[in-house]
Amino acid sequence: MKKVLKGIYLALIILFLYLPIFTLMVLSFNEGKTMNAWTGFSFRWYREMFSNRTIMEALGNTLTIAFWAAAAATVVGVMACIGLNAMKEKHRSFFMGLNNIPLLNADIVTGISLMLSFLLFGISLNYGTVLFAHITFCIPYVILSVMPKFRQLENHTFEAALDLGASPAYAFFKVVLPDIMPGIISGFLLSFTMSVDDFVITHFTRGAGINTLSTLVYSQVKVGIRPTLYALSTVIFAAVFVILILVNIISNKREEKRA
Amino acid sequence: MSKKIFSGPFLAFMLCGTIIPLGVIAYYGITDRSGAFTFENIKAITTGEHWEALMLALMLALISTVICLLIAFPLGLILKDSKLGKKGFMVFIFILPMWMNFLLRTMAWQVLLEKNGIINQVLGFIGLPSLHIINTPAAVVLGMVYDYLPFMILPIYNALIKIDKNVIEAAYDLGAGFRQVLQKVIIPLSVPGIVSGITMGFVPSLTTFAVSNILGGGKVNLIGNIIEHEFTTGSNWNLGAGLSLVMMIFIVISMALIEKFDRNGEGNII
Repeated sequence: MKKVLKGIYLALIILFLYLPIFTLMVLSFNEGKTMNAWTGFSFRWYREMFSNRTIMEALGNTLTIAFWAAAAATVVGVMACIGLNAMKEKHRSFFMGLNNIPLLNADIVTGISLMLSFLLFGISLNYGTVLFAHITFCIPYVILSVMPKFRQLENHTFEAALDLGASPAYAFFKVVLPDIMPGIISGFLLSFTMSVDDFVITHFTRGAGINTLSTLVYSQVKVGIRPTLYALSTVIFAAVFVILILVNIISNKREEKRA
Repeated sequence: MSKKIFSGPFLAFMLCGTIIPLGVIAYYGITDRSGAFTFENIKAITTGEHWEALMLALMLALISTVICLLIAFPLGLILKDSKLGKKGFMVFIFILPMWMNFLLRTMAWQVLLEKNGIINQVLGFIGLPSLHIINTPAAVVLGMVYDYLPFMILPIYNALIKIDKNVIEAAYDLGAGFRQVLQKVIIPLSVPGIVSGITMGFVPSLTTFAVSNILGGGKVNLIGNIIEHEFTTGSNWNLGAGLSLVMMIFIVISMALIEKFDRNGEGNII
């Protein structure tokens, strides 16, 4: 009996989480423009989506911004971890506290404060300002993923490499980097996800001509009928699903190898 | 050469991307259009429309956070105890929607709830009265719960699976009932996860303008909508900045909570 209740509970939550997503999926294959009646199966909205320049541009912007923001944040974040670890405990915890500000700050405050600063210093809002904003809010995620790996490091291995004649850079790439790699990868992926999912900060720091998927959806959702957006949701959900399954399989295999 | 120098780019980004902008927003918040010093923009939070919007936002964020917690905690317990072979996969199912763009997810509820939407068609078909919650605060709460539930599930689940089984068994062996074990052992030990889940959902719900705009149809005015309005159509930037400064109080509170309950970052989603 208890087991049945638990099962029902899980099923209800799954229904709650997936009903909206699957509704969009079904509607995306609906021939007609209205969502109130099923008028036949069709790929019409997918064709329209892929030939829609605004959507494709927004998709391109979203992915390139996310990639460059995550890459830059990863480099800056890993370097920051090296530097912070060389500091005294007191200074390090001060900077780690600072690192928490963008994480906990409300997006609307981050977005507005960046926008006001750009305009105050005469920087016009464009692709670059969005990218800068994204790098800024991605760095803390990288530091939070990489820092614990640094703390687990055996400091002696790095010193041993130096004693054996390796240059500091060589020792870093050969000895330290492999050990912190899992943290770097998860920091990069987390940054990428946060960047793709961001709406509020992009909304305030983008110029008039720049759209990401989030800002595009926001501007179109008020207009009314938008089956191309349903098609877009379906494609994104499918892509996310496949990528996450792949990531899971790869990381499971790695763990098996290690075990 | 010291290794400390490697933190240079990080400090530069912190300075240019966080500290200076916070200074700038504070500057706008305490000056008027001509640049003269004033507290009016901050005091404006207590005037009718703004105060109402803040209270409504606080209430909706509170309700949605409590609902998320009430859904996520039992779920975490079930997942923790479940003997399903693919436990990892079950958890994956519950947090997967987190990776879908939140505007698309919010839009999905708009489609479902609309006057002639799917839910009302189904209700009509089986002869039940239709549901009119679109463009009401209830729809906004629903959207908030939907958007932030995975962010509550993950840290709570992570905190729960870290609890040593022996501790729980010891409590049972010493004669505690389920309720006592829950109150005295499981809940206290999962506080870092709960706090992390609350801060991840509460602040975004409190300051949102997108969810209330899409599901509230412009009829539900939260403080986020008012601030956003000042920067887009209203164009009183000083007022908007002043109101944003007030929002920072809640951010400081959540930072203090994290510092107090989750020092080691145990409840972190990472």
